[in-house]
Amino acid sequence: MSSVCLLAEQSGGKLNPITLEVLSAAQTLAGAAGLPVRALVLCGADETQAADALAGYALDKVIRVAHARLAPYVAESHLAAALAALAACGSDPLVLLPHTYQTRDYAPRLAARRGQGLITDVTALRWRESRLECSRPVYGGKLAAEVYLRAGPAGFYSLQAGAFPQPPAPAARPVPIEDFAVEIPAPRVLAEAPFQEARQSVDLSQAAAIVAAGRGIKEAKNLEMIRQLAAQLGAEVAASRPLCDSGWLPMDCQIGSSGQTVAPRLYVAIGISGAIQHLVGMKGARTIVAINKDPEAPIFEVADYGLAGDLFAIVPALISALNAA
Amino acid sequence: MKIIVCLKQVPAKDAPLRLAAGSDGRATAIREDVSFEMNEPDAYALEAALRLKEACLARQESGEVAVLTVGPARAAQMLREALAKGADRALHIETPSGAELDSHAIAVAMAAGLQSENFDLILTGLQSDDAGYAQTGLLLAENLGLPHATIIMKIEPHAGGLRVKRELEGGRFQWLELPRPALLTIQSGIDKLRYATLLGIKQAKNKPLARLELSALGVSPGSNRLAVARLAMPEKTKATEMLAGTPAEMAAALAQKLRQLHLVP
Repeated sequence: MSSVCLLAEQSGGKLNPITLEVLSAAQTLAGAAGLPVRALVLCGADETQAADALAGYALDKVIRVAHARLAPYVAESHLAAALAALAACGSDPLVLLPHTYQTRDYAPRLAARRGQGLITDVTALRWRESRLECSRPVYGGKLAAEVYLRAGPAGFYSLQAGAFPQPPAPAARPVPIEDFAVEIPAPRVLAEAPFQEARQSVDLSQAAAIVAAGRGIKEAKNLEMIRQLAAQLGAEVAASRPLCDSGWLPMDCQIGSSGQTVAPRLYVAIGISGAIQHLVGMKGARTIVAINKDPEAPIFEVADYGLAGDLFAIVPALISALNAA
Repeated sequence: MKIIVCLKQVPAKDAPLRLAAGSDGRATAIREDVSFEMNEPDAYALEAALRLKEACLARQESGEVAVLTVGPARAAQMLREALAKGADRALHIETPSGAELDSHAIAVAMAAGLQSENFDLILTGLQSDDAGYAQTGLLLAENLGLPHATIIMKIEPHAGGLRVKRELEGGRFQWLELPRPALLTIQSGIDKLRYATLLGIKQAKNKPLARLELSALGVSPGSNRLAVARLAMPEKTKATEMLAGTPAEMAAALAQKLRQLHLVP
C-alpha cells in the first residue's frame, strides 16, 4: 500500500459534494498511516474544471482523466478509465469512493478486476493494528457490523453520505494536476441523458413540517388519519419507499435515498422502521418524532421523541390531544 | 427468452434479531431462529421476469424463468414459493449451515452453477435486506463477462437487445440500451407483486428443483474477500426521549412537547 486514493465523482464539471466528505476521510486515514492522498477525477472532455476544485485541498496530487467517452457516465467506460488510471496512483492503493448510485454501478466490477474486495456503505473507519475496520449498517440498520478486507487494507471502500461531515483540510501549497491519457474502447451499453420526471405535488424540501407514513400503517385507507394529523400540524404528507411502491402515494412523496432529502422543523415518522435508505433522506430534520410498534426499530436511533406502541391507538389519541387545545 | 433470476432468503422484515454467541464472546452472525422470506428487491426481480415471460408467451414466443439461490437448506422453501408464483425451474446451490459467504464468493458460486446454462437475461434485486453490500449482481456479471445495468425500473426488450430505465438519485432517471445477454439489478416497485395461486402452489410440487453442493463448485467461506469482525447493536448518536404510558398518555405528552417547541400552528 503506497497511497490513499480518492475516486472523485463529478457531473458536468461540478464535484458531487459527497466527494469532499470522502476527501476528509482520506486525509484522516492517510495522516494516521503516513501515506500521501491522491485524487482521481474521471471526466468528459468539457468537464475538466472538476479537478481544479479538488486542487484547493491538502493533497499530494490530482490525477485527471478526461475523455469524450466519460460523459455521460456509463459503467464500462468509467471502469476502463479507472482501472488504467489507478496504476498512476502507486502500487496497491487504498481507494475511497462516495457510496452513490454511480459507485454502486461500477465499483464492484472495478474491485473484482483488481482481484480485491470492496466494502460498501461505510459509516466509520478505524485502524485496528494492521487492519482497517469499517462500520456499516446491516439488516436495514437494526445492527451494525465491523468489516475488514481479509487480504489486507489495500482495496476499495465506499463511504456513506453524511458519515464524514468535517470539511477537508485546505491546501498549504499548490497541488499539481496531472493529466493521464487512457484508451477507452466503445462500450456495449449506450446511455441517454438523465431526465427529471414531472413533479406532481409540492417540493417537500421546502416543507416546514412533514408527517411521513410507512409500511406500519398496513392499509391505504389508513392514510386518512395521517392526512388528518398532517393538517393539524400544518404539515405535508410523505412516505417511505414501500408505500410509494404500492401506489398508495405518488412516487414524488417519497423520502430517502431514491426520493427527496428533507430537513423540516418537524418530522413525524409513523409506522416507519427507519431503514438506512429512509434515514439518509430525513435525519437532518430539526425535531424528529417516531411512532412505531417495535421499540428496537432503527428510527428511534435518530428520533428526539419516541412513542413505542400501537400507532392505530396513538395517532387518533394525538389527533384529539392536538384538538383539545 | 430465457431468464435467470437470482434470489436470496433473508430474515423477515419484522423479525426480532438476536446476536449468535461467537467463539470468544464476539458476535459475527445473527441467531437463525427467526422467520425468513424472499429478499424484497429479489421478489421484484422475479416479478419482472415473470412479466417478461408472459409477454413472450402472448406473442407465441418461447419464454422460461429459472430461479437460482446460494443458501442453506432452508432456502429451498423460497425457491418453492418462486415456482408457485410461476418460475419454471429452480437451482439450489446449497451451503453448509452456518457458512457465511460474501458477495464475491456467492457470485463465483453462481457463475459456476450457470456454466452449462444458456440465457438471454439475468435479473436480481439491487441489494439484499440483510448484509446489503449491493455487489452480488455486478460481480456475477463480471464473472460471466456480461454487460450490466443497475437499479432498473422498466425493461423493454426488442429484437436487438434491451431498453431499460435506470433510477438515479434525486428523482432522476435515464434510459440505457444494452445487447443480450445482459444482467440487470432491479429496484423495488418495478411492478406490482403477485401472490402465488392455489393452482400455482400445487403445480410447484412437480416443477424441477436441482440441488448442487457449494463444495462441488470449489467455493467455501475461505473464498470470501471480506470478513466480519463483530456484529452489534448500533451506537446511539442522539438522546431519544421515549415517552411512556398508555397511547392517550403518550399522545398528550407529545402534544405538550410540540406546543412547547412551537411546532403546532
